Amino acid sequence: MEKSIEVHNLTVSYHSKPVLWDVDFSLPTGKIVGIVGPNGSGKTTMLKTIMGLMKPDSGYTEIFGQPLDKVRERVSYVPQRESVDWDFPADVMDVVLMGRYRKNNLFRRISKEDKRIATEALEKVNLLEFAHRQISQLSGGQQQRVFIARSLAQQADIYLMDEPFVGVDAATEDAILQLLREMKNQGKTVIIVHHDLQTANEYFDHIVLLNTRLVAAGPKEEVFTKELLQEAYGGRLTVLSKLGDLISTEEFPLREPEFKENKPEK
Amino acid sequence: MDPIFLKVLIGTTLLASSAAVVGAFSYLKGQSLVGDAIAHALLPGVVLAFLLGDGRNPIFLIVGALISGLIAHYGIGYIQSRTKLKSDTAVSLVLSTFFGFGIMLMSLIQRSGQGQQAGLERYLLGKAAAITMDDVYVFSALAVLLMVGVGLFYKGFQLMTFNEDFAAAIGLPVTFIRFTFTVLTVLAITIGIQTVGVVLMAALLITPSAAARAWTKSLPTMLLLAAVFAASSAITGTYISSAIPKMPTGPWVVLVLAFFGFGSLIFAPEKGWLAKRRRALANQKKTVRENVLKLMYQQEERNGVSVVLSTENMLSIRVMQPEKLRNSLRDLKRRLLVVEHGNGYALTELGRSEGRRVVRLHRLWELYLTERLGMAADHIHPGAETMEHVITPEIEELLVKELGNPELDPHQSPIPYEEA
Repeated sequence: MEKSIEVHNLTVSYHSKPVLWDVDFSLPTGKIVGIVGPNGSGKTTMLKTIMGLMKPDSGYTEIFGQPLDKVRERVSYVPQRESVDWDFPADVMDVVLMGRYRKNNLFRRISKEDKRIATEALEKVNLLEFAHRQISQLSGGQQQRVFIARSLAQQADIYLMDEPFVGVDAATEDAILQLLREMKNQGKTVIIVHHDLQTANEYFDHIVLLNTRLVAAGPKEEVFTKELLQEAYGGRLTVLSKLGDLISTEEFPLREPEFKENKPEK
Repeated sequence: MDPIFLKVLIGTTLLASSAAVVGAFSYLKGQSLVGDAIAHALLPGVVLAFLLGDGRNPIFLIVGALISGLIAHYGIGYIQSRTKLKSDTAVSLVLSTFFGFGIMLMSLIQRSGQGQQAGLERYLLGKAAAITMDDVYVFSALAVLLMVGVGLFYKGFQLMTFNEDFAAAIGLPVTFIRFTFTVLTVLAITIGIQTVGVVLMAALLITPSAAARAWTKSLPTMLLLAAVFAASSAITGTYISSAIPKMPTGPWVVLVLAFFGFGSLIFAPEKGWLAKRRRALANQKKTVRENVLKLMYQQEERNGVSVVLSTENMLSIRVMQPEKLRNSLRDLKRRLLVVEHGNGYALTELGRSEGRRVVRLHRLWELYLTERLGMAADHIHPGAETMEHVITPEIEELLVKELGNPELDPHQSPIPYEEA
């Protein structure tokens, strides 16, 4: 089966402190994948690195066997809901239309086709009647659905979502889940950062357990075991966190230049 | 019309409205101070350009300001990314260093006696009257450039302001968009400091947007309104300063802008102070009305028949301000919720239904507090006294559903539903 995402020996640091340490895994296509781990385990950093928003100190990531820039139009990203100011002067339609923005239409006006696609996306998340509602007047669950509609409007093949279930009511949670399953049935790949263990087993087909280092990655039956969960949620490894502090305060590089594992040029 | 006056009028109007449109994005991004920092940081560039050019050449000046401003802007960014300093620290560090350097350069020139001091000082506090015809041409060209720039980059600026990560994730050229925005900001400030000066420039960038935001929720409308506020301030300010002898233009423009700004904060619909006051007052009145109806309904509930209550009766049952009670009863009568009977009041059918609704909400909420929030039955009354006035029909429906059409509240009083 084709790989949707490949993460190769990835090390990423924040303020020169490693947040992801030699993480290496690959993911299948056409599945709902959960990236699961405790707070501060590097889940969001993982997603941001795959999306090119953070630069790795070492290693690389690929989507459908290619660097991100080659497949950007096939990839959609849903940031955390709290990462934006919802008091921004825009209505629901304005935000969903942002999903149609591209490098090559930046200077062009929004087309009728864009509007049609955005309307369709709003219909799918059941927010069509709110199209002209101010985004500041939406509930948390509705805001999350606006973000998902924007992502649907991108018409991608792979969707990376950062904590889409945080702060939403039970009805919205069900609606989102049903939508994700529909997407999977259409052959799309959905990758979700999730911190709630209770629901992880029910939601995902495939799980990546993360706690700064990779604990396990694979089909949920293999990963969702007591031992592995305990390892992921049982605190950080003492040696790793001591080394991380040392590297950060003493200004060591995380990799010497000749050992950076960039993707070999063809 | 006086040609000097006309020049000043056109110059200030163009620069004020174009600066407002560019400043809107800084305002929305919560970076109001960055404009202030860049305005101060332009000073060394302007002074050096003054030295190199003949002191009056606007092109020299703009290039000098642009270089100085860009160095300052990227300096702030560099400090933020390389140190753990908070952004306001980085901004003030750059602001004061550049401004100090600029002032030092200015005194050097003054000491060397190049005789153009007066020309230089206009950049500190601005001197609109010194605008020349050349300036007006350059301002007009720049103002057009700024408007066209914002129009062209509208989608980019909008998305970068709202959600920069998403802009980067979909592959927009974020570095290029950010650079363009910085250049436009520096250009706006460069023409701005000629009339209002370094110190007052931030007002021209930020105040029109702060005022406009209070009136609208759409970005295009907000940009337009900000430009209109800025232009009207510029025109008014220029008139005032020309009508009264020895009055400076810049400070007047800024004062008129402040008038728009504070006026908007007070009078704007929904978000304005007056509107909030009005809402609070309306809800206070609603609370008193509903309390009276509840009181009357509960008396009927207790006695099993409709009752006539005088204001004295009511005051003996519930502590209320007599004046407010009387006003409220007048209001209730007008709304056909109560009728007068002798020297007392009785509920109409409509009023009974309203009273029943308030009692129902009170009891539903008490039940919710004990069942869902695990509160003890003797702790729930004060919360319910407030919530009975807040709960909407939509939330009521949710409550009834979640509690499974309950019959009794935690004190074993029946929850009164409307008979079908």
